[in-house]
Amino acid sequence: MIFKQSSAPVLEAMQQHLQNRVVPFDVPGHKGGRGNAELTDFLGKQCLKADVNSMKPLDNLCHPVSVIKEAEELAAEAFGAKNAFFMVSGTTGSVQAMIMSACKAGEKLIMPRNVHRSAINALVVNGAVPVYVNPGNNKRLGIPLGMSVNDVQKAIDENPDAKAILVNNPTYYGICSDLKSIVELAHRHNMLVLVDEAHGTHFYFGENMPVSGMAAGADMAAVSMHKTGGSLTQSSILLCGENINADYVRQVINLTQTTSGSYLLISSLDIARKNLALNGKEIYRKAAAFADYARNEINRLGGYYAFGEELIDGKAFFDFDRTKLSVHTRDIGLAGIEVYDILRDEYNIQIEFGDIGNILAIISAGDRALEIERLISSMSEIKRLYAKDKAGMFDHEYINPEVVMPPQAAFYSKKASIPINESSGKICGEFVMCYPPGIPILAPGEKITDEIIRYINYAKEKGCFMTGTQDMKIENINIVKN
Amino acid sequence: MELWYTENHTPDVKFSVRVDRHLVSEQSEYQRIDIFESKEFGRFLTLDGYLMLTEKDEYIYHEMITHVPMAVNPDIKNVLVIGAGDGGTVRELTWYDHIEHIDMVEIDEMVVRLCREYIPQTACKLSDPRVDIHYEDGLRFVRRKENEYDLIIVDSTDPFGVGEGLFTKEFYGNCYKALTENGILVNQHESTFYASYAHSMKKAHSRIKSTFPVALVYQAHIPTYPSGHWLFGFASKGFDPRDDLKEEWWNSLGIKTKYYNTILHRGCFAIPNNVRDTLRESGGR
Repeated sequence: MIFKQSSAPVLEAMQQHLQNRVVPFDVPGHKGGRGNAELTDFLGKQCLKADVNSMKPLDNLCHPVSVIKEAEELAAEAFGAKNAFFMVSGTTGSVQAMIMSACKAGEKLIMPRNVHRSAINALVVNGAVPVYVNPGNNKRLGIPLGMSVNDVQKAIDENPDAKAILVNNPTYYGICSDLKSIVELAHRHNMLVLVDEAHGTHFYFGENMPVSGMAAGADMAAVSMHKTGGSLTQSSILLCGENINADYVRQVINLTQTTSGSYLLISSLDIARKNLALNGKEIYRKAAAFADYARNEINRLGGYYAFGEELIDGKAFFDFDRTKLSVHTRDIGLAGIEVYDILRDEYNIQIEFGDIGNILAIISAGDRALEIERLISSMSEIKRLYAKDKAGMFDHEYINPEVVMPPQAAFYSKKASIPINESSGKICGEFVMCYPPGIPILAPGEKITDEIIRYINYAKEKGCFMTGTQDMKIENINIVKN
Repeated sequence: MELWYTENHTPDVKFSVRVDRHLVSEQSEYQRIDIFESKEFGRFLTLDGYLMLTEKDEYIYHEMITHVPMAVNPDIKNVLVIGAGDGGTVRELTWYDHIEHIDMVEIDEMVVRLCREYIPQTACKLSDPRVDIHYEDGLRFVRRKENEYDLIIVDSTDPFGVGEGLFTKEFYGNCYKALTENGILVNQHESTFYASYAHSMKKAHSRIKSTFPVALVYQAHIPTYPSGHWLFGFASKGFDPRDDLKEEWWNSLGIKTKYYNTILHRGCFAIPNNVRDTLRESGGR
């Protein structure tokens, strides 16, 4: 290979392009920012200048033949993949491209139900049918875990015609399934393995991390470079293994992805890949050390439970991502979302999410010891000032849904809008979820139950940010009309 | 040759001191530390370029941050000092024989080492047997303490950079927890004259106010600090420094001071209208 990981082909081509002072009679119309002074003032001159359009010297994201192709090849090498695609529609785009490449309408996809909405969205768009594997559950924490190999085996035996298996690696909480065994099992049954690595970029570069999708032999992986890899928000990488026809995948990506890929995002992927390839070990060593320290300190406070590797059980909690700082809060009588809100409103600390019983803080190399101390001390204060009895609190994040019809059929069926509280027993025609984390409480085609309604009302009462329904107030829900 | 040290008090205001010799310049894990010698101010210490103390006027700051709380409660036995790597605050505390123990928590060991070597005027009492020096983050240290100290003195840098955590709500709450039932918290409280300092002062005050039943500020005039007008915070679980001053008792101790006295103690809580207004805006009094 001519290019090395220390080079960044897209960055270098853009630098060359800017140096050449090319006169722009193409889009974008702000012309290097001159046409929009306020925007330039806010984002910075360099940023606006770098916001350029596809052109020969800068290649084209839809059909890469030069610098983007080279950058993608470097990314593939860095991630240990056969091919890599730069994505500018988030990891949502990557997950959808994986599913739509692997399954056609009516074909089955085995997946855990605690996926991100993007996966079920893909099913609504292309008509593939989910076969849900119930994730394991930790009773104390109330959170869904990974899939056990036995449960996957069972799903395969019952659905030998399924085309692929989707695996979260890891879940939002940092929990991993036994990916290697699942890949072996799937490949024995001629199924592809698709890995949602929205929260697992660092598995490819850090030491002592859970196994990455490509290292485990998976066929495709959606990697959220922007989450823990250091690229700009909305940029992502889709990886393909040996058995995948990458040219077909490119066609599938181009069905829905923009033809005006942002060079801010593309160059950020190139630069972030270079940084991770060169410095990734150290970057994630630092992040893991911060997270380990915070876990110990938070557990010393008492009341909170910052969980970790001690829960590894070889099954649905096969491995744990140490960089995730997940903390169980129910024992101090506060919902995770309440701690999340107090941290921001009273202590000026923004964490990734809070749900019914847990909070999650993202730790990265960008953190400093000072901020870690602030987070821990604030949690100490929240316990001192706000702790109460936990009686009457909801104790689980996840309710196994009963799937009555495929998501696409339900979403495109005739629907009626009725008050959520009167919807028990009906089939849901849309999504309901807290965002973050964006794991659907209800997806199209699932049966609404009293328990689910109680859960939705509880989440609303505690202050979760609910999304998904047509009704912006989340008071009414679309149900499938018989 | 002309050699000048300059600090920008605001982007549009400079404060300069002619330097005779640059004695030392080191970069620690946390900050850049410089010590200069000058004709007018003697030796002076800067952290990341910000002036922390000069030999000529440090007594004002150190006397005011120490004797005001000490004259209010004669039963102060256990004291926590956060920051204060130059040793000036500890020096003042060691005048009191009835203090049994002083924990000093300074994040940057190098500040202490360099002050011991170059500014013995302030660092002279750091070896007092009652003093334990802990080199760690103040926020972390105080988080682990409960009902332990009669007095906490926060002798910090400005709330940008290393000292940031010492101006937060969680820190004040942790201090409340670490204090005994008669506990007092005194802190370096910035000033109101320049807008950037006023903003952090206001925020700090409202956070203290929401944590302690008594939260006042008092003032001193420190020539080398921005605007020369500087504030300290006095917060407590009960003591009111205006009513609870033990005047006769304190004067009987015979501590020799250059700035502080018990008449000034009463007066320093009389603050100008513009400061009062700023405090009111922050929800304080």
